[in-house]
Amino acid sequence: MANKNRFGNMYLVIVFLVLYAPILYLMYYSFNSGGTMHKFEGFTLQYYKEVFADTRLIIIVINTLVIALLSSALATIIGIMGALAIHQMQNRRVKNTLLSLNNVLIVNPDVIIGASFLILFTMAGIKLGFYSVLLSHIAFSVPIAVIMILPRLQEMSPSLVDAARDLGASRLDVLTKVILPFIKPGIYAGFFMALTYSLDDFAVTFFVTGSGYSTLSVEIYSRARQGVSLSINALSTLIFLFTVLLVVGYYFIMRKANRNGKKEPAAEMGVPR
Amino acid sequence: MSGNTRAAYLLPYYLWIVLFVVAPVVLVFYYSLFDVDGHFTFSNYAQFLTPVYLSMTLSSFWFAFLITVFSLLVAYPAAYLLTRTKHKQLWLLLIILPTWINLLLKTYAFIGIFGTYGPVNAVLGMVGLGGQQILFTSSSFVFVSVYIFVPFMILPIFNALEGLNPSLLDAARDLGASKWTAFRRVVFPLTLSGVRSGCMAVFIPALSLFMITRLIAGNRVITLGTAIEQHFLVTQDWGMGSTVAVFLILAMGIIMVVTSGTKRRVRHGK
Repeated sequence: MANKNRFGNMYLVIVFLVLYAPILYLMYYSFNSGGTMHKFEGFTLQYYKEVFADTRLIIIVINTLVIALLSSALATIIGIMGALAIHQMQNRRVKNTLLSLNNVLIVNPDVIIGASFLILFTMAGIKLGFYSVLLSHIAFSVPIAVIMILPRLQEMSPSLVDAARDLGASRLDVLTKVILPFIKPGIYAGFFMALTYSLDDFAVTFFVTGSGYSTLSVEIYSRARQGVSLSINALSTLIFLFTVLLVVGYYFIMRKANRNGKKEPAAEMGVPR
Repeated sequence: MSGNTRAAYLLPYYLWIVLFVVAPVVLVFYYSLFDVDGHFTFSNYAQFLTPVYLSMTLSSFWFAFLITVFSLLVAYPAAYLLTRTKHKQLWLLLIILPTWINLLLKTYAFIGIFGTYGPVNAVLGMVGLGGQQILFTSSSFVFVSVYIFVPFMILPIFNALEGLNPSLLDAARDLGASKWTAFRRVVFPLTLSGVRSGCMAVFIPALSLFMITRLIAGNRVITLGTAIEQHFLVTQDWGMGSTVAVFLILAMGIIMVVTSGTKRRVRHGK
């Protein structure tokens, strides 16, 4: 029994090692003065200096953050409306249709989303660049926000709304003072998920960026195709730290939100792509 | 009255559905009917049904299948063992954390790891196998894809295992089932829904990967995703690209119908 346990633990340790090895590997070589991703010659911060001196790269990082924050905020707002729409739907069949339509962009492969949005923007005459990227990030984040918010809405007892109405609350009051506060954890969760999806997205953005505009993933892709450059390593180390901060923040928000609930935070975090 | 106010503030959401869900799919179908010069034609479909495209589709499915199977083989034991650990939520969080790191960066890391002078080759050299060409092979492509997708497989299986009523297992043991029999006859069948959604979460994206094939497989593996990207962004033959996309959408639709059908049956059976 103890033996078996040890075997199981070893398996888990190996899984964790493999999962983190590439990330640690990137971070380790970001300090290599040798300039390659093999043979560590000496410690240097040169590549971090390069990252901070590279104005183009910094602009791209800012682009990426602006797109992520704006698109997830807007997508969350539309997502709230979507969750309300689906929740209020009385007709079961219409409700299911709406839900399926909602999930199309989640199950659709990124390549198809990217290609079809490229056709859409070209036909609509929208120039490829900031707006096309923003619109597509909003578009693919909306269903994620809906999926995160809807369960909260369904947990809400309808008598809460009835009580508020009986006490003379207007429709707007019910929405802002009863419904929105109740689904707040779902809204946060949706916003954070949208944020990470936007930060992580490559395939869709790659299709709709055009030539003058770039986000981080697209930039990393084009640099990586040219070969190894340790400023990418330095950048990835910085991104990793930022991501950890984001996840820790998310974890605590979800824990706070779920303190009374039964669900554990991590169980809600993964929406399959 | 209520209908009107409802319609007014829900408008952005419905607009989103029409503009970004329905319209793009319709446009893809529409574009698949035009050739490079903009003439209406069915030639794209004729071309898709030639051996070149069919074998590409087949190999795309084969690779997606391999990636899904290997992910499942790695993920099931990992998820199972995770449910037995103390602080399992923390460990699960640690499994999920790497998925929050940009996909491109993780793929980029493997360029170094699998490179000619990378650590894997160094280990092979020490063992006496000598340097191998690891990068730009289909097996490195499968490995990196499995690496990327494993957390997405672990998560639903973990959730299914967590949802399992432990008394069922006790009952099986009391009735004399061995550990293995209890697992095979009780645990595994009851977590099939998690396995199924994990497989979906892996198989569909695996069908359409294109950046991993470009960076790791060096164009040795051509998937449906690579073909679409190639047609749209390199050769500018949007019609053919759309045709490939149409077949991918159809394949997905079939997969969805098949799996949701079984799900419904399970629910009714309960």
